Amino acid sequence: MGNRRRVLADRIAGRFMLLLSVSSGLLICVMAWALLRRSLPILAVKPLSAVLLSDDWMPMRGAFGLFPFIMGTIWVTAAAVLIAVPLSLLAAVYLSEYAPAAVRSAAAPLVDLLAGIPSVIYGIWGILAIVPLIKNRVGPLFGVHATGYSVLAGGVVLAVMIAPVIIHVAAEVFAAVPREMREASLALGATRWQTVRHVVLRRARAGLFAAVGLGFSRAFGETMAVLMVAGNVARVPSSVFDPAYPLPALIANNYGEMLSIPLYDAALMLAALVLLLVVLVFNVVSRIVLIRIEGGLR
Amino acid sequence: MAIAPHIRVENLDVRYGAVRALKGITADIPRKMISVIIGPSGCGKSTLLRTFNRLVETAGDARVSGRVLVDGADIFAPGTDVTAVRKRMGLLSQRPYPLPMSIFDNVAYGPRVHGVRDRRTLAAVVEGRLRQAGLWEEVRDRLHAPASRLSLGQQQRLCLARGLAVEPEIILGDEPTSALDPRSSQHIERIFMELKREYTIVLVTHILRQARRLADYVLFLYLGELVEHGPAREIFENPREEMTRDYIGGAIS
Repeated sequence: MGNRRRVLADRIAGRFMLLLSVSSGLLICVMAWALLRRSLPILAVKPLSAVLLSDDWMPMRGAFGLFPFIMGTIWVTAAAVLIAVPLSLLAAVYLSEYAPAAVRSAAAPLVDLLAGIPSVIYGIWGILAIVPLIKNRVGPLFGVHATGYSVLAGGVVLAVMIAPVIIHVAAEVFAAVPREMREASLALGATRWQTVRHVVLRRARAGLFAAVGLGFSRAFGETMAVLMVAGNVARVPSSVFDPAYPLPALIANNYGEMLSIPLYDAALMLAALVLLLVVLVFNVVSRIVLIRIEGGLR
Repeated sequence: MAIAPHIRVENLDVRYGAVRALKGITADIPRKMISVIIGPSGCGKSTLLRTFNRLVETAGDARVSGRVLVDGADIFAPGTDVTAVRKRMGLLSQRPYPLPMSIFDNVAYGPRVHGVRDRRTLAAVVEGRLRQAGLWEEVRDRLHAPASRLSLGQQQRLCLARGLAVEPEIILGDEPTSALDPRSSQHIERIFMELKREYTIVLVTHILRQARRLADYVLFLYLGELVEHGPAREIFENPREEMTRDYIGGAIS
């Protein structure tokens, strides 16, 4: 009797958990569907390309060109990735190939801790430290006198936020490179750095792209910290010292306030849909690559 | 022994943390012969082999004391260039681990890390070493295909060619046939028999029959201690120690 109940409980628990996992996946589909439906009104009057590629943002006159925001996102994300990737990869190489075990086990939780800090804290740090630094030091160095609220400020703050993600994943990817492969290189008289460059990095290449992809998708969708330091001017930036107005900031700043203007709601929903899809694609592709590496398929 | 030993081990101790993996080993490895280290698994055979090219210290918690002399020079002496020590020895591991690159680049890897850039020199090295390892005819048409597409037996011969390409004096093999099918194992063994004319070869194996086929000189390790060592015929036909007799007779394993 007792046994039958145990088996039954096991089965119910299994089914229930399956249901939960499936529904969390479905939730994304439902959200995408809802966003698509709510953005239909603007797509009914304008072709998709006209909304995405027009830089004419005049909501009062019914012009909803999202191009400046898309470019703002791309500029800030690119700045963040360019700053974060080399530094993070070197940090991950150090942790996995050079650091003594004690340093490694102390550093790993610290890196993960960085990933858990609320983004508004990073935003405040950006306003207090990075923005003045750019205004007073970095900008003048290049002959630029501006407020400091800029693509660069957003990029630096974002870089610090995505670095832990990239370091963590990259270190795991390095750990999946067989020890014997390193030894094969070392046994031929290669130095550690030669082994890292020619063997470990090459073997880990796919996984590193995935690590960068995860960092990229985090940067692409990050809202609060960027909104606080990027300046939020609806114009396509032409230098890293220009302000930018990324998509997430646009949505967060305006949703709920400007909805009396016709089609504004639909335009924001379209922006949200674009954001969701881009982040989703990068995330899913990166995760698939990582899962394949962990499964040893190559 | 008439000739000076190629490798001389003196009072060698290796500890991994609290575990003492090798206990006071003293032995000689003769030049241009096949020396085989036998013993049950976990007795320190691989550790001993890995002290010869100092790979042992890549395990973070390993501590080595004692001396390993190659041609009379202590390779653990302070200031020794580890890469130079390793360049003198080719290594074959239990499973072949081709580097993540083409067949050609695998063999050219060693010369390249030591600064050889000339393409004609590299091409000559690659062909010569692949011939030496008995692989040239099988791969000559696909030198630029990824090495991972080769069969396991071919991969092990590629790893041998890769090791030979840095012009070592010594070849170390850590159970180099254990992942291979019988035919490939036989192939590798035949190559060893030819290579011993020019190279000092040290093999670890737990296959006694393989040891009988190949060994000129035998070292028998048991639980981190060197029980007995000497010319193969003596060890196999007339061992001095009872432990050796039991192991060779199959009473212990």
